[in-house]
Formats: sequence, structure tokens, C-alpha cells
Amino acid sequence: MSVLLLAEVNNGHLVVDAVAKALSALAPLGDGIDVLVMVGEGDSAARQAARLDGVRRVLLAQGDMLAHGLAEPAAALIASLAAGYTHIAAPATACFRNILPRAAALLDVMVITDVIAIRDAATFDRPVYAGNAVQTVVSDDPIRLLTIRTSVFHAVGEEKGEAAPIEAVPTVPDPQLSTWVEDSTVVSERPELTSARVVVSGGRGVGSRERFGDIVKLADRIGAAVGASRAAVDLGYAPNDWQVGQTGKVVAPDLYFAVGISGAIQHLAGMKDSRVIVAINKDADAPIFRVADYALVGDLFSIVPELTAKL
Amino acid sequence: MKILVPVKRVIDYNVKVRVRMDGSGVDLANVRMSLNPFDEIAVEEAVRLKERGIASEVIVVSIGVAQARDVLRTALAMGADRAILIEATVDVNHDIEPLAVAKILARIVRQESPDLVIAGKQAIDNDMNATGQMLAGLLGWGQATFASALQIVDGNAIVTREVDGGLQTIRVRLPAVMTADLRLNEPRYVSLPNIMKAKKKPLEEHALASLGIDASPRLKVVRTVEPPQRGAGARVASVDELIEKLKNEAGVI
Repeated sequence: MSVLLLAEVNNGHLVVDAVAKALSALAPLGDGIDVLVMVGEGDSAARQAARLDGVRRVLLAQGDMLAHGLAEPAAALIASLAAGYTHIAAPATACFRNILPRAAALLDVMVITDVIAIRDAATFDRPVYAGNAVQTVVSDDPIRLLTIRTSVFHAVGEEKGEAAPIEAVPTVPDPQLSTWVEDSTVVSERPELTSARVVVSGGRGVGSRERFGDIVKLADRIGAAVGASRAAVDLGYAPNDWQVGQTGKVVAPDLYFAVGISGAIQHLAGMKDSRVIVAINKDADAPIFRVADYALVGDLFSIVPELTAKL
Repeated sequence: MKILVPVKRVIDYNVKVRVRMDGSGVDLANVRMSLNPFDEIAVEEAVRLKERGIASEVIVVSIGVAQARDVLRTALAMGADRAILIEATVDVNHDIEPLAVAKILARIVRQESPDLVIAGKQAIDNDMNATGQMLAGLLGWGQATFASALQIVDGNAIVTREVDGGLQTIRVRLPAVMTADLRLNEPRYVSLPNIMKAKKKPLEEHALASLGIDASPRLKVVRTVEPPQRGAGARVASVDELIEKLKNEAGVI
């Protein structure tokens, strides 16, 4: 087995949690994983990757066209490196959901997305139907391209000994099909949603953007990330990158607070692997209570401030 | 300009999915099927471009069983001009893989020469999120995935994309493939008169065999099971009891 892992990079820095979790997911495939770091410039992400457990070597590709995660140059580069590998994997982030299927088409192989278990070199589990079923698939392709649902894996640690070697790889010509214009990033001091240990999410029941402030206060009090249901995002209570669900982010924290969230299947698809789920809702029949470990039926406008004060 | 919109017939998103006990798949017999919600958004965007005079023709394509005619008629009732159905299987349980769908779509694109393909971000049955990207790769076109806003300016698509941590805007040279995210628009309801009109719009049908494309699956689905169920939870009566349980029983705070 020879595995290439594509590293998630944000502003030139390695997204360590996503990469470390993908490394542990891939560990059953063999004894040494190459990590490809694609950046505009600089080698700090590569140096961070080189220290993670299980990394054999780091391939560093630098170039302006790789700075913003554009799919066309990245997929072309990945396809050019594929010959030496049996598996190419990436965390199932927005960046690689965009790139990897394109690379698969260039290589004439299928892509296997959102893998939650690697059974052997050819056999993988993935959720379908918004997480209401789990399929086991066997791939006949000569090279397997996977995205890993990192929320279900533990992160590997840092290597105690020597860091893995870093090698520069030549880039391929930019196909110049698309150009980056701008990013509008939501600045946040809070933990990142997909890697937070505790998540506090609000839904339609929160009632207004102002009152969503109570959810944020509770989260900040306990050092949690803030999430939201689709309804809360559509109503303008919360920005859309807070959305948890089939079409938003998939999280699996130790503790998930669902406040004023009814629990539609599309939302459950994004959080039902959390270790402990607490639901606070005034409707005793809300479907969220079917997955909640602790259910508190009542008025969230009095419960949330009380919880914030007492925690 | 001409717009092509691939659409898929999937289990309705409100239906509670039942997994067959023998592990052979999901029960699709006598289950309500609909147009994939993301594809509805893609059709809506194409029709709006036509209404604004930017698009001249909107063609919808579906690949699968003959019953997919129904979702094509829905798309025509929303305002698409004509439809193409590629009958690729007679078995509703046989999901054609994104790679095969992308190859079939690439053939149709070469015949119809659209300036823009607008697909949904993912189908809510296989949750793959791959077909649009694969099609762009096969065609050698630019791609703009997870789009929440679109402008056409001087032969380019200016697309705002939903990415982790916020939004990203890119400029893609046309022709290109775009995939629609939920916030791109709110699809219209189809009216009865438009449903009647849609029955008169052209719908071409072709058998997959006539295209000579190898659509055999690369992934063999060996088993489909229900996800592990969570144990029944406990009702707590007060905030104090909740905190006590989270501390002493669950040990998470």
C-alpha cells in the first residue's frame, strides 16, 4: 500500500486537527503515508505536517495558483502525482469535496466520499440518505480516491523523534480556467466547529438574531463552538458557516447542546454521532428528543441564561 | 446563452428511509419520489437567467429509470424549455454512479454545446457530491461548486461559494460547470397551468446502449445497514439536574 494524504491548509497554516484525524483513519492501510501540502508560498504548513505521527514524507507544492484552493490546478497536480500510489485521500472538507472528484475524473476512477471506516484496502463504509443508512462498498479501481469524514476518528499525536523529510514537488501548468477574487471569512475567537469538544447550537425556536446572543453567551461561557440549524441560518439568526447538518458541517463533539432545534433528519445527519446530546425544547414531541441523552422540556429563554449562570 | 441542468429523481426528502433487513439496500417500493432538492435550485437559477434575458434556452437532462420523466416534467413546468431522458436502467434500486453520469452528461454537452451547466451540489440519496466536479474534469472546463450567488459578466461567471469559514468569490471562464448550494435561491412552486403546458414541451428519450458509454459500476455495494441506534435518553426536570447529570453521570463537563 502506498498512500497520499492531501493536507487541509488555511492561510498557509496546516489545519492540524483535520489532517491528524485523517492520518489515524488511514493507518490501517499501511506503514507510511505521504502528505501533500499545496500552498501559495512558505513551508510552515509542511513543517507542521512533518511532525505528525505516521507521516513518511511531506511533498510540498508551492505556487500562486495553489494559494486559494482552486480545483483546476490542484486536481491536475494530484493527477500528475497519482502513479506511485494505491490510495489518495483527503479530509472531507469543502476544499477537497471540490477538488477530489475532479481529480478522480481525470484519472478515470470513482471517488468514495465521506468514508467513516476503512475495512481493507478495497472496502469502505460511507453514510447515505442523510446518515439514515451505512453502505459498505468495494472498489475495483486501480487507485482509490477517498474523502474521510474526520469527525468519527481520533487525531494522531506528534512524532517524538525526527520530523519526516520535506521534498518539493514540481507544479503543473495552471489551466487558467478560474481565478480567485476574494474571501469573506467569518472571524472567530471560538473553537473551530468541526473540531470543538463542545458545541452549542440554536434553531428556529431561538426566535431572533438578538436572542441568538444568548446561545453565543452560553457557548463562550463554556468554551464551546456555536452551531445553528438551517432554519436559524435562513432566518438570519446566524451566519451560514455555523450550519450543522447534511448540507452544512458534520460534527461529533463530546457534548452537543441542541437549543430550540426540532431535529429534522437533515440536521440529525450533521450531529447524531456526538457522544452526549442535550436537547432543550418547549415541544415535548420534538424529534430531537429521540436522539437526546438528556432532554429538558421548557422555555429556552429562561433555561439558557440559567444554564449560563450556573455552569 | 444555453444552459444545461442535470436533474435526478430521488426519494422525497420528507420520507423516513427504511433499510431492508437483509442488508440489500433501502426500501424504494411504494415510496414517494421527487426532484432532488438541490436540482430544483439549479433549475430555478437557470430559469431566472432566462427570465432576465441572459439565457436563451434551458435544457434539463435526467439519467436513470423511465419514471424520471416525472421529474423532467416538473423541471419543464418550472420553466425549462426541453428535456432529455437517458434510460440507463429498468431497476429503481440501481443507482448510476457519478462517474458514469458525468460521462453520459459529457456526451450530451458535446452534442448540445451549452455555455453553462448548473447541477445540484449533491443528491440526497447517495450523498456523493461528485458529479458536477467530475463532469468539469472530463470536459476540461472550469468549475464553481457550492454556489450561493451567480453573476454573468463578459463571458465569465462570477460565483460566490460556500466554503468552510465563510464565503469565497471566484471568476470562472465560460463554458463552465456550476453546482448549486441551498442558499442560491428559493425555487418556485409549479402552477397547474404550467404543469399542463409542460406536457406539450419536447422530451427526447434515448437508451443508454445507443450512446456506447461504459456505465458499469466501479464500486460494488456489498451491504447496506441501519446506522447504530442511540439508546433512549432521560428526561431531566431542571437545569440543576441537567448540570448534575452532565457532571457526574456523563462526565462531559
